[in-house]
Amino acid sequence: MSALAALIRRDIRIALRVGGGALIGVLFFLTVVVLMPFAVGPDLALLTRLGPAILWLGALLASLLTLDRLFMADQEDGSLDLITMSRTPLELACAAKALAHWLAAGVPLIVATPVLGLLLNLDMLATAAVALTLLAGTPALTFTGMIGAALAVTLHRGGLLMAVLVLPLSIPVLIFGVAASQAAITGPLSFGAPFSILCALSLVSFVIGPLAAAASLRHGLD
Amino acid sequence: MRLSGRGINCVRGGRAVFAGLNFEAVSGEALAVTGRNGSGKTSLLRLIAGLLVPAGGSIELEGGEAEMTLAEQCHYLGHRDALKPALSVGENLSFWAGFLGGERFDASEGLSAVGLDHATHLPAAFLSAGQRRRLSVARLLTVRRPVWLLDEPTTALDTAGQDMFARLMRDHLASGGLIIAATHAPLGIESRELRIGGIA
Repeated sequence: MSALAALIRRDIRIALRVGGGALIGVLFFLTVVVLMPFAVGPDLALLTRLGPAILWLGALLASLLTLDRLFMADQEDGSLDLITMSRTPLELACAAKALAHWLAAGVPLIVATPVLGLLLNLDMLATAAVALTLLAGTPALTFTGMIGAALAVTLHRGGLLMAVLVLPLSIPVLIFGVAASQAAITGPLSFGAPFSILCALSLVSFVIGPLAAAASLRHGLD
Repeated sequence: MRLSGRGINCVRGGRAVFAGLNFEAVSGEALAVTGRNGSGKTSLLRLIAGLLVPAGGSIELEGGEAEMTLAEQCHYLGHRDALKPALSVGENLSFWAGFLGGERFDASEGLSAVGLDHATHLPAAFLSAGQRRRLSVARLLTVRRPVWLLDEPTTALDTAGQDMFARLMRDHLASGGLIIAATHAPLGIESRELRIGGIA
């Protein structure tokens, strides 16, 4: 356990320091969402309707932006060799790395959501609904995205490949995340059903993500 | 403790690097792996560390901890030093001490043994190549592992650094450890030579 705690602490520390990924993701999220009202125009009703979708797309792209470095950085400096050799199972180490990435890069997105909701003419309830769905859904983005990040390790310049691999996997999360937010704002569907599926997607990704990532890292040993 | 390999075949990128390699090393012994560039010295170390899969043959450690794999009882000091430039010297070392686990020694003692105790709070980004190497060596001292796999360990170390490292290796051997080092330069300790491939 202390080994995993050490790994999480290290990754968060690196992400929060100069040149780390945490701030870049939030800034990107901020920029994308701020640009939207200018593109859509001053139609407040339309903005309200598009709001949840824009926030979700922004969060999805922002979390992908920094995810490709998840294993690449460790591979380049040789840390991944030592992590593979260590007494900690690689699956758990992968899960710890993904958790650290979510804490450093995913949570700030959720914290920024209420501020950005103002720009999209979302009321308190709608903003809270989107933030809640992001809280339940962004772990799924990180844990499925981790599979792509692990596959990209063996390829140089695998960043684009990772986006191509991971984006299709994140479609269900996007569908149910936006559906749950819309249900809370406009109805007529209940919030509970899509939100439960969203939580289920996250739970499934907690299991499949680390296993698949560790398998692909082992396969890519060279 | 006895580390031995029987008939190891190594294939990289479809090309046979070496075939039918045998080696053996016992506690308190250092094995210097030599050979020309590309003869497979690094590959042999990575095979032992479990970072490559042998195309044939077997590698075994007798007399180690029964419930642990060979890789879990090895320290690997490769070309890449596994240091994060954003973290300080002390943070880098204490992370590896915490993550690798097992029997641990005081991190500050490890740092003073390699002559880096004055730079504990300095970000690793500002270290020179020799200092980075010294910091990697401190990792070997902070967590106890019986088998040291060293890839060109003395590169970038100055003369004083090489003497320091030779002394640390001697201490490790005296405490019942085992060293396998791929090297061109003399290690500075008594070692048996294992030559891979033809004449260097």
